[in-house]
Amino acid sequence: MAASLYQPEDQSTEVWVFLEHQDDLFENISLELLGKGRQLADELGWQLTGLLLGSRVSKLADQAIAHQADRVWMVEHPLLERFTVDAYAHAAYQSILKGKPGIFLLGATHDGRDLAARLAVRLRTGLNADCTDLRIDPSTGVMISEVSGFGGGVLALIEMQHHRPQMATVRPGVFPILKEAPDHVGEKIPFPVQIQQEMIRTRVIERSVSASIDLTQTPVLVAGGRGVAADLAQLQELAEMLGGEVGATRPLVDMGIIDRERQIGQTGVTCSPKIAICCGISGAFHFIVGVEKAGTVIAINSDPEAPIFDNADYCVIGDAQKILPALAAALKRDTEGVRG
Amino acid sequence: MAELQIAVCMKVVPKPEEVRVDPDTHRLLRQNVRNEINPPDMNAIETALALKDRYGGKISIFSMGPPEAVNQLKVALAMGADHVYLLSDRTFGGADTLATTYTLACGIRKLGNVDVVICGEESSDGATGQVPQGLAEWLDLPQVTLVTDMLLDVKTKTARARRSIKGGYEILETPLPCVVSVKTACNEPRFMDFQLRARSDQKRRLTIWNAEDVGADGNYIGEMGSPTRVSGLASAEVRDRKREKISGSRDEVADILAKLIRGIVQRQSI
Repeated sequence: MAASLYQPEDQSTEVWVFLEHQDDLFENISLELLGKGRQLADELGWQLTGLLLGSRVSKLADQAIAHQADRVWMVEHPLLERFTVDAYAHAAYQSILKGKPGIFLLGATHDGRDLAARLAVRLRTGLNADCTDLRIDPSTGVMISEVSGFGGGVLALIEMQHHRPQMATVRPGVFPILKEAPDHVGEKIPFPVQIQQEMIRTRVIERSVSASIDLTQTPVLVAGGRGVAADLAQLQELAEMLGGEVGATRPLVDMGIIDRERQIGQTGVTCSPKIAICCGISGAFHFIVGVEKAGTVIAINSDPEAPIFDNADYCVIGDAQKILPALAAALKRDTEGVRG
Repeated sequence: MAELQIAVCMKVVPKPEEVRVDPDTHRLLRQNVRNEINPPDMNAIETALALKDRYGGKISIFSMGPPEAVNQLKVALAMGADHVYLLSDRTFGGADTLATTYTLACGIRKLGNVDVVICGEESSDGATGQVPQGLAEWLDLPQVTLVTDMLLDVKTKTARARRSIKGGYEILETPLPCVVSVKTACNEPRFMDFQLRARSDQKRRLTIWNAEDVGADGNYIGEMGSPTRVSGLASAEVRDRKREKISGSRDEVADILAKLIRGIVQRQSI
């Protein structure tokens, strides 16, 4: 068997997490990784290290330490100002060969996946993708990753004995963000890397980003399926009243009715709202996994046999398009009653 | 530039809804499960066909799998692809992403002179979404993932691709050759063409290569070349919900739901 570039005997007893950020703010996934990384490091008696790439990252490093990182490697370079997979892969590769972490976690985001998959091949190590849980085998100290496949219906536990680092990308929204611990003490380690412009083969010509929606953090989810495809405005109104967001099943996204970033489920977003109101959704397994972490699930569907009812706390058999306006009216009355 | 050479990576997968885990043995039950081309790979072949329509050239399909996979891969020929290269060898079995990407890279290198390698976003069975980038790394090529649209400049040997990013898109320019993955559902895969259907049975359009044919290093392929091990399998269990029925007239139901929702949203926001 071909070996990874460094072996378990050579690893440092550190859990590394890759910290994604934009416009001087951490992406939520970075804080989620720090939380999970802290837990794994504590179980192993290891240190937690954040890998922070960018042009100027000192302030973010302080914030990572407040989120309980023991060390932050600050890899600063003008060519790291924006994410490019070429520059970031070079910088991360040089950092990892120097720091030799036993475990290295990244977010299963667009950029995180691009970086992780290239790095894993370059390091000749394995990578577990889009993990929904991570734990340590107490007898071996090896990390066990839980991943799902076949539309979410099958869970697999994956581990790696002889190759390092143990790499995994983690699905956003799965792990909670720990509270800041302002007294936590950590060390900032500047690490110079060698990157030249010629290493960056792809060039960004244009970038257009509108305010992006992060359904993983919404407190209320109003989700629609085929049964309400004709009129999502009702869902929007309800979501606004409750301070929530609208999500949808994959068919609605594929039909172009709603943006892909609002897709709930296995190939979309896993969210953890206090309440999920599922309207006109039949409830295929790959959708259900997306609301698995919801506090309460309400289902409204005209088909009494719809599988969604097996996975809901409150079940309403009826046409969502008729019930939603009545519900909006009742909620309005309710609010006015409270005010009066 | 000589004739445009496009490689498309495809995987034949079991239909996800038909796969179960044996509760006793914890093995995947694949008996009586039908196979299909991984749906996201259909978006990859469509992207390739659109490039061929526009710039001419040749499309070669690359797939790793057992000899029977040919049955599904023929669909790509009937859609307009020119050749299928099936990488098939017992020693390829049990491959994780590291070994799979290595093997595909060996096949693509063996063909040589490929300008664009196109992959689907991810497979419906493993769903790692790591193959395109891993392949790009083995081939030492630039990558553009999650592409929804692309154009080539044949003279300057560059590609311009629209990549979907969080909250929007970016337009990237990359020199050829390159590896791209296309966003699932970014296009409408065409149907098989009846006039092209005869091609799918032409033996000259099918090549099966084993490990030796592609010059693969035995240490990097199959189970031997896979650092990760599956140590357990289980059917995903969803959590048990209350399943309480709410019935009544439309307004009664609405009132009950409104109280319930206000109870939860307000209780927790105080």
